Amino acid sequence: MSHLTNFEVFLLLSVLKVAVVLVITLMSVAYTVLLERKVIGYMQNRWGPTRTGPFGLLQPLADGAKLFLKEDLMPLAVERPLYILAPVIALSCALVSIAVVPFGAVTHVSLSGSPGVDMFEVANVNIGLLVILGITSIGVYGIALSGWSSNNKYSLMGSLRSTAQVISYELALGLSLVGVVLRAQSLNLRTIVEVQSTHGMLSWNFFGGFQSVAFFIYLMAAYAETNRSPFDLPEAESELVAGYHTEYSSMKFAMFFMAEYANMITVSCVATLLFFGGASSPFGHLFPAFGGAVVQGILSIFWFVAKVFAFLFLYIWVRSTLPRFRYDQLMSFGWKFLLPLAVANIIVSSLVLALRG
Amino acid sequence: MQLALFLIFGALAVAGALNLLLQRHPINSALSLVVVMMSLAVLYWSLGAEFLAAAQVIVYSGAIMVLFVFVIMLLNAGEEEHTNGSRAAYTVGMPGAAAIFCLLSFVFLSERGKLGATEIGGYLNRGLDNISEVSATLFTRQLLPFEVTSVLILVAILGAVAIARKEQ
Repeated sequence: MSHLTNFEVFLLLSVLKVAVVLVITLMSVAYTVLLERKVIGYMQNRWGPTRTGPFGLLQPLADGAKLFLKEDLMPLAVERPLYILAPVIALSCALVSIAVVPFGAVTHVSLSGSPGVDMFEVANVNIGLLVILGITSIGVYGIALSGWSSNNKYSLMGSLRSTAQVISYELALGLSLVGVVLRAQSLNLRTIVEVQSTHGMLSWNFFGGFQSVAFFIYLMAAYAETNRSPFDLPEAESELVAGYHTEYSSMKFAMFFMAEYANMITVSCVATLLFFGGASSPFGHLFPAFGGAVVQGILSIFWFVAKVFAFLFLYIWVRSTLPRFRYDQLMSFGWKFLLPLAVANIIVSSLVLALRG
Repeated sequence: MQLALFLIFGALAVAGALNLLLQRHPINSALSLVVVMMSLAVLYWSLGAEFLAAAQVIVYSGAIMVLFVFVIMLLNAGEEEHTNGSRAAYTVGMPGAAAIFCLLSFVFLSERGKLGATEIGGYLNRGLDNISEVSATLFTRQLLPFEVTSVLILVAILGAVAIARKEQ
């Protein structure tokens, strides 16, 4: 390995990280769909998919193959370039934002004396939080353009609803995170996690940081951002056929579908990072660190995945429990309740932080 | 590397701006403007202003342009008709634009020393945290202009509400 320069080592490891993260994200997207079908099935007292493989575990592969082999219909009246571009924007934005998420404890790996490369995060950016917010806000174009370019009234209604909803809830979402940033005094996701990892569960922003109000604002706004139940008006089946992706078929539909679940995963990752201590253990330093660096690394990944899984489960639980909002309820809830509450949270948090010095 | 970034995204910004003028459909023009803003954001980032880049993406491409697209979709604006342009545009407008371009480049080039140059991408590898610098400047030395601008925007919002509100 001695003939590689530092930059080449960095490049190689980065490409490797990107590939691994991408594959894992896509696999978890596929299996979140299966999880949703199974869990909703059990909650509604039925089985969910059982026929493909043991417990239906091969169902995502079968679905993928089916969608891949389906005929790709191109309606005649669509605005062709934008119609094709829309699912690409939606999926790529959903997948890119995972790049700044730190999955595990800081673990530097170095090859033959090169400067260490952080293995559990694709890119450590010092405005990581803003990068996630920015990329999610670009993702709206996918939905907006799909509805408009489809030349279908249901699609257009769906995408208008979705755009209005996302813009409205983005404000509450962004403002709810300010308290967390104030506490960590940084927008770097690693630093935000570090601040919460001193005393285990007690120093998490949700408990010790007294950001529980902010967390619930974030959670509700995030459900609206990802167009999930009870805010799934953009694809309300009973009113809009399938909403913005009515005209899409085959892989283009699959891309929207994957984008929705990838966004769910990103939102769960951000909730974990900002309010529940990211990859840090809930017990803090209660137990002495056992094993080597490898065991500790795997343990941190385990905590992260467990927390994200809990959030995904909550998503599904909410979907099978709550009925859909009405449109005016949605808007007044966002603007008249969540937004003022988020502002109040910022004022109280900053006052407390200023008084404590 | 940094020069490559500048060349690629500078060219993309110019191409987007030209496309914005040449496209006939408003939604295509709006999307070209998004491309311009995203390329500008990359240029800001390569100059070391990462907070400005993020703000550019979140505020301009993520909120304002989404509203533009939303309004275009809502009104279902069709393709516009192109005229050949008035004679005034050809006789005065184009030489005027060229003159302003020349003047601006002359000023920038001759006053380069006073403006304070920064190497493109010079900050990229240093990981400077310029959010704290920006906020310190905004809330200490520039506090009054900052607050006055906020009030100005508030006045605009109130005006919009007053206009949009129907008589009871």
